[in-house]
Amino acid sequence: MLATGVLGAADDPWIRWDWISGHVPVIRAALAQHVELTLIAVAIGLIIALPLGVVGWRERILRGPIFSVTGILYTIPSLALFSILVPFTGLTTLTAEIGLVSYTLLILIRNVVVGLDAVPEDVREAARGMGYRPFRQAVGIEVPLALPAIIAGLRIATVTTIGLVTVTFVIGKGGLGSLIYDGLIRDFKTPLVVGTTLSVALAVFADLTLAGIQRVITPWARSRAGT
Amino acid sequence: MSLFEQVARWFADGSHWQGDFGIPNRLLEHVELSGASILAAAIIALPIGIGLGHLRRGGIVAINVANVGRAVPSFALLVIAFELVGLGWPPAFIALVALGIPPMVTNSYIGMGEVDADIREAARGMGMRERAVLFRVELPIALPFVMAGIRTSAVNVVATATRAALVGWGGLGRFIIDGFSQRDDAQKIAGGLLVAILSILVEVSLTGLQRLSVPKGLRMRESVDTTLSKVPAAELSAA
Repeated sequence: MLATGVLGAADDPWIRWDWISGHVPVIRAALAQHVELTLIAVAIGLIIALPLGVVGWRERILRGPIFSVTGILYTIPSLALFSILVPFTGLTTLTAEIGLVSYTLLILIRNVVVGLDAVPEDVREAARGMGYRPFRQAVGIEVPLALPAIIAGLRIATVTTIGLVTVTFVIGKGGLGSLIYDGLIRDFKTPLVVGTTLSVALAVFADLTLAGIQRVITPWARSRAGT
Repeated sequence: MSLFEQVARWFADGSHWQGDFGIPNRLLEHVELSGASILAAAIIALPIGIGLGHLRRGGIVAINVANVGRAVPSFALLVIAFELVGLGWPPAFIALVALGIPPMVTNSYIGMGEVDADIREAARGMGMRERAVLFRVELPIALPFVMAGIRTSAVNVVATATRAALVGWGGLGRFIIDGFSQRDDAQKIAGGLLVAILSILVEVSLTGLQRLSVPKGLRMRESVDTTLSKVPAAELSAA
């Protein structure tokens, strides 16, 4: 895994269009794998984070442990986490997703809690007065009102995950990271430039898409911000 | 022999504790590279963030630099630096400095923005010069945010320094990378554990420092919700 490329290939340009046109299927497959790994990670992360965030907001005693555990997961470097997991779960998508999902949790849960904190007490009062039970109140009233913060968390988690997927090349599931790694081991700049550019473009695209979704589904947040 | 026994044996093996390839030297390499990178990043980033915050200018740039930083994969930064300067510690140093700058700029800018305009006015009204306003009023109030930025950067840098082994430098990442290439599970896990422990130690100790950096007069406010104070300010601001 050491960079063994021959140094001094100084005449290697930053981009060789002939390589790109000859490798469109490879690039497309890497991009597709990148998107897939990201979508699965963020979706599972959200499914875990929503209930944990709601529980953590309601039961203050659980809030500490939830943030401590997800905080520790967040702190463990990806390469270290993968190296510990691989002997147990192998070079599989499962290994990649365990790592990727665990990095989304702190960000998502925190934003769920921040969002729930911002729900006005009057609204909760009114919901209780109308006979809402805790579960329906959470699903029907509180989570929708917390959406601006939750989606803000999704944006951060998604962009972070897109960056992290590049590291999963160590378990052979690198997405665009495999192009970057290819650039490293062969000391050949074109796949590096292609992988980096597409990864950044994907992150920007995902961020803007989620921002657009947020504007559409939470119109009240927009009008409040406008005043 | 179970995997746990293999890992225990790996740690018990005296040869893994001595010489250039031993754990102490790898740890030293890791800490030296990270420390130098964090220091260089701070020297570049803090004056920019604090300066812009004091002048109340360039907010869009200062806030968004962290978002841009997040979008550029740190692995790509490392390989680009390798293409520019070759193997060894220089590419790792360059990539880590670039990685460390954004959170410090953003958090210190946000921290300066947290200082009430009234407080600044009062300081000026008392006849303080600009220097005194900055160093004796604004900076102490902004310090917890500045520290939050340093902590976020430092944790990222220490974590990413693991990948310096990919460009031919040592550090604790060496065990992980060698573990993968030699298909040596015990070494892989041992390296992963060492890196994880170091990262958690850095996170915990810097979180403590950050708490201590809150000026006495502001402690009350801070204690309202300490679980959320773990949150890097730059990320909260996105909410």
